[in-house]
Amino acid sequence: MSSATFDLSSTFSMHNLDTAPPTSTTATTEELLEYFETMYTIRRMEIECDTQYKSRNIRGFCHLYDGQEAIATGINDVFTKEDSWITSYRCHAIALIRGGSVRQVLAELYGKHEGYTKGKGGSMHFYNKEHGFFGGQGIVGAQVPVGVGLAFEAKYNKKEGEPMNVALAAYGDGAANQGQIWESANMAALWKLPAIFCCENNNYGMGTSVERHTSNPGGEYYKMGNAIPGIKIDGMNVLAVREGMKFVKDYCANGNGPMYVEMQTYRYHGHSMSDPGTTYRSRDEIAETRSARDPIEFVKKALIENGLKEEGEMKEIEKRIRKEVSKASKEAMKGEIPPMEELYNYVYSEDGSKDKTEQQKFIRMPQYDKSIKA
Amino acid sequence: MNLFTAVNEGMRQAMKTDDTAITFGEDVAFGGVFRCSVGLREEFGSDRVFNTPLCEQGIAGFGIGYAAMGGTAIAEIQFGDYIFPAFDQLVNEAAKFRYRSGGQWDCGGLTVRTPVGAVGHGGHYHSQSPEAYFTHTPGIKVVMPRGPIDAKGLLLASIRDPNPVVFMEPKVLYRAAVEDVPEGDYEVELGKGEIMRPGRDVTVVGWGGQLRVLEKACDLAASVGIECELIDLKTLSPWDVEIVSNSVMKTGRLVVSHEAPITGGFAGEIVSKIQEECFLSLEAPAKRVCGQDTPFPLVFEKFYIPDETKNFEAIKEVVNF
Repeated sequence: MSSATFDLSSTFSMHNLDTAPPTSTTATTEELLEYFETMYTIRRMEIECDTQYKSRNIRGFCHLYDGQEAIATGINDVFTKEDSWITSYRCHAIALIRGGSVRQVLAELYGKHEGYTKGKGGSMHFYNKEHGFFGGQGIVGAQVPVGVGLAFEAKYNKKEGEPMNVALAAYGDGAANQGQIWESANMAALWKLPAIFCCENNNYGMGTSVERHTSNPGGEYYKMGNAIPGIKIDGMNVLAVREGMKFVKDYCANGNGPMYVEMQTYRYHGHSMSDPGTTYRSRDEIAETRSARDPIEFVKKALIENGLKEEGEMKEIEKRIRKEVSKASKEAMKGEIPPMEELYNYVYSEDGSKDKTEQQKFIRMPQYDKSIKA
Repeated sequence: MNLFTAVNEGMRQAMKTDDTAITFGEDVAFGGVFRCSVGLREEFGSDRVFNTPLCEQGIAGFGIGYAAMGGTAIAEIQFGDYIFPAFDQLVNEAAKFRYRSGGQWDCGGLTVRTPVGAVGHGGHYHSQSPEAYFTHTPGIKVVMPRGPIDAKGLLLASIRDPNPVVFMEPKVLYRAAVEDVPEGDYEVELGKGEIMRPGRDVTVVGWGGQLRVLEKACDLAASVGIECELIDLKTLSPWDVEIVSNSVMKTGRLVVSHEAPITGGFAGEIVSKIQEECFLSLEAPAKRVCGQDTPFPLVFEKFYIPDETKNFEAIKEVVNF
């Protein structure tokens, strides 16, 4: 098996910590290819979302992850299914990576029955119980206290002599200013919970740049805690994410308490579909990031420059993934809309008829064939 | 046994029968400000009964996360008035988790206990009854007991109910209400009301601490020959429409009373539903006797609260319409 070694010495900054992740790592061709395929699939999926949103096949709110692919990919490489992951509304990629498929993600966005939550949630609401993915949350920062509850469970049900499972609560730099993050960080530190506070710092809290929204010197969110150590990771480098998170997970799982993680990343798209993303930053800035720091280009270059793959082979892979995403999108769009009863399911538990929410007798349901489809 | 001891017994029973059950909140390990959790830490250990920092939003979120992993979380919000920082977590996270995840999971193991209601000197932030904010939220249940027997049984049912429950305890009754509470394990069914006293002239509906007031009002009514049928709803969401509508079909008259301000209060929902169900049986407009549309006024508390005389007046008015 061929592999290459990569220097990571400039990819981490530590806060309140005596130890640190390694300064270099080795990755095999297979690993790198896997990262590439995952990240490229995410990229293509998000671009498909963008296109379909603009074609009005996806409605409502929609927040895209392109530019940030290395973070989800690197973390997932280190996590097991037993580790919990909870994130914000920018969650398509996490849904995909935690046991999902492009088709399922898009089906949810198209409001189809085969979608993750049967088409009832849409863009901000994906979950996967099997893979410990506790979803996208629509309220900025609200996932973080819930993540601390997940971490408490990991500690409460810890197996003797084994490291704990960990719980990761991801949020953006905008959400990092929510009071509830402090509340939950305080509890996690107090009780030494295996909680990872992962700030995906993409430089903009909606339209406000990090310099304008934090009093932390240099906008550095990994230094948020005095009682909690922190680490800043180059979130555009999947290997740095992998090694950094190995280190973080190991620290948290072994009873040392929580940690702040800051992933330095960049979001190519605007905050949501209603934000063109160009009023508070220049097109040059976006173009510069694309050419100098793109996380997928990084992996591609790693494969080619180390002689692990030919440029032509990479082109072929890209072509294949583009086709796959486009096919999944078409299939997802063909799906059925959820039956009307679904509106009333899962409001309360299904254990007794009294708990079930019911349709009011005099309300007529719309006839889709006559109204919407026409 | 008084009401706080009954709540304590309920939690003890829940924790005895369920190893995943934990209880937490501000000063809970020391027994809590109202002594509801006294002795639990000694019995179950500090891993299961612990103090949290003063952070209601965090407490609620923490409980939701633990419940989402299958645990039983009994959270205490020290006063109902402090539940508002946790409002987002309860309304947007707890209530919608099952629906949002398409039924993949839920946080049904969560019960949030909180003391509510007037005590005579609570002022703005230690007197409110926030039940209507939560009855407006599908996905959570809202429960309020009127005395110790129900407090224990309803609390056990709430903790074991597979849905998140906001359990409101009338704090004026913690020491004042004393009943012969059965020992051991029993549940009082959620969603079922109770006819506390039958009568033919007018249906009077209330819940929680207000029932003490309504009992007095019904006594006053009896002294002038009016027979009231007094109903305790016990659970406000989902509420027992049948017990109220059957009663109103019989009496043709309805008075609903609660301490919370009248506008947007839960009485409005009851009156609205009953006019739908019993329109042709009604002999008089249904009446609401509630708190006034002001913040809870310290010095004016006596004027603010819907006391027995206000209720007596309303009962007479409805009967003599």
